[in-house]
Amino acid sequence: MSLTASKPIIVRSHYAQTIWSLVMRDLRVLISRWVMFLVRVISQPILIVFVLAYVFPKIGQGVGGNAAAEAKFSTLLVAGVVGISIITQGIQAVALPLVQEFSFTREIEDRVLAPIPIWGVATAKIISGALQALLAALVVFAVSIFIPATSIHLSVNWPLVLTIIPIAAVLSGALGLAIGTIVPPTQVAFIFAIILLPMTFLGAVYYPWTSLGAIPWLKWAVLINPLIYINEGLRAGLTTGIEHMNLFGVYAGLLGFFLFLLLIGIRGFKRRVIS
Amino acid sequence: MVAPEFDTQNPAIEVNELVKTYTGSITAVKGVSFSIPRGSIYGLLGPNGAGKTTTFGMITTRVIPTSGTVTINGIDVVARPAAAKSFLGVVPQSNTLDRSLSVRENLTFHGRYFGMTTKVARTKADQLLEQFRLRERAAAPVGSLSGGMAQRLMVARAVMHSPTILVLDEPTTGLDPQSRLALWQILRDLNAAGQTILLSTHYMDEADELCEAIAIMDHGQILALDTPEALKRSYAKQAQISLDLQGADQGLAEVLSKSLPDTTIGFVGSQLTISTADPTDLLPMLVKELVAMEISYRNLSVKQGSLESVFLALTGRDLRE
Repeated sequence: MSLTASKPIIVRSHYAQTIWSLVMRDLRVLISRWVMFLVRVISQPILIVFVLAYVFPKIGQGVGGNAAAEAKFSTLLVAGVVGISIITQGIQAVALPLVQEFSFTREIEDRVLAPIPIWGVATAKIISGALQALLAALVVFAVSIFIPATSIHLSVNWPLVLTIIPIAAVLSGALGLAIGTIVPPTQVAFIFAIILLPMTFLGAVYYPWTSLGAIPWLKWAVLINPLIYINEGLRAGLTTGIEHMNLFGVYAGLLGFFLFLLLIGIRGFKRRVIS
Repeated sequence: MVAPEFDTQNPAIEVNELVKTYTGSITAVKGVSFSIPRGSIYGLLGPNGAGKTTTFGMITTRVIPTSGTVTINGIDVVARPAAAKSFLGVVPQSNTLDRSLSVRENLTFHGRYFGMTTKVARTKADQLLEQFRLRERAAAPVGSLSGGMAQRLMVARAVMHSPTILVLDEPTTGLDPQSRLALWQILRDLNAAGQTILLSTHYMDEADELCEAIAIMDHGQILALDTPEALKRSYAKQAQISLDLQGADQGLAEVLSKSLPDTTIGFVGSQLTISTADPTDLLPMLVKELVAMEISYRNLSVKQGSLESVFLALTGRDLRE
């Protein structure tokens, strides 16, 4: 193909093609390591669902006390583990590789020299993170339905699910980009201690956010956690009869955090590669 | 793939009054200018810290100049970095190969980033693997390559999209002598096929061997820019005698300049440097003087008509210091 910078329309399509090639590069790497991908995607959700929704009811420590409450718990847990798997992908598929590529290996340099603006290279990272998050959501959704000891009662609201999961996926990619550009390589351990653990433990995974009414300060404090909006949205989309955050709050939170993290991530990316 | 819109009126690259001051007010590059005609091979010669890598960073859009301009094919790299990058092939100082991909994939994906179709990229990659003697390693992970092979692959990757100018930052640093010669041959072949090349080096012989023109750089400035022959003619007319005089009095330079006619004498640290048109007559006189004064000396050397003496004449110090 022939292109010159003096023909902006061709240049735009060329940007899209280059960004797509950068995404294809990440997917190529993913395919060549698909076993590792599956293991890292399902290990945490399987353990959560297995211990809380299989082991606990079997040994009589079921959350909720009676069979109906246990079923309700297993059902609400589905949204939580799908949410966790989406947000974790952002860190595993975008942040951790970026920290490495920026520092020890400087592998990112060849992609930074691709003939597109820097934001294009950063956007490609978000897209490939989002695609991996979607794939993870699919795998974990299947897993979380089959493991629990009690039956799961899902009622899918498709318009909600089909809008919330993609927004959650790009939000996860943007979160990964922001973290990957901010955290220096010597402090990778902090990603787990300061970001991932609090996010998942306080991300309305095991309980609906509305039930935090009993601890008002916590109920408001956890709103800085983007996972809250993902899980509340998924709960609204997958279950009935379980309380959830109002949908306006869910979408505002998801889109707001996505735009904020996108801005932080692209700015951080530029700062890391241009001096 | 990218088909550069050649503007034969413009040089391949034009660098004009380039300055870079980093925060903390370290000025790494202080007003560098040069232009490279199409099809030529230029070298930037200077010691570590001379500002070569920062200059390359500005040329390759990675470092934003504090002032001054760089144009590639007439395109300003700051105003239109994406367009400028499509004309640039870059071999950075460290190994930046994609370790998650195979040798061949490093080339095919690079080609696709630059707009090639998968088919075109594969054909071009196979051709380059053959040309750079990497065909047998095509499917291997890049981590398994030797230093010389990795460097050849980096050059292959940089020329994959047929750039207007190939920029190499100290391409042979850390290579064994054999790989170094192999890389020189690759660069000569590419240049013979019309590739414009700009490389930086701190090896005199490399610059002398490969480059049509050399810019001698030190402390962020270009001190001289010309063909190696012209540089030697203008700056290395005189031979440089240098010797190490541990513990000698600084007043010695003055004493010697009286007894040795037609010389320029410098004395920095313990290093005495004498420039003279004719070292053959001067050497016995110098040794006789030193013996008479009972001054012991070490590492006496004479450099004549080399780029080393050009560098010494321009900067007053050895490149290896």
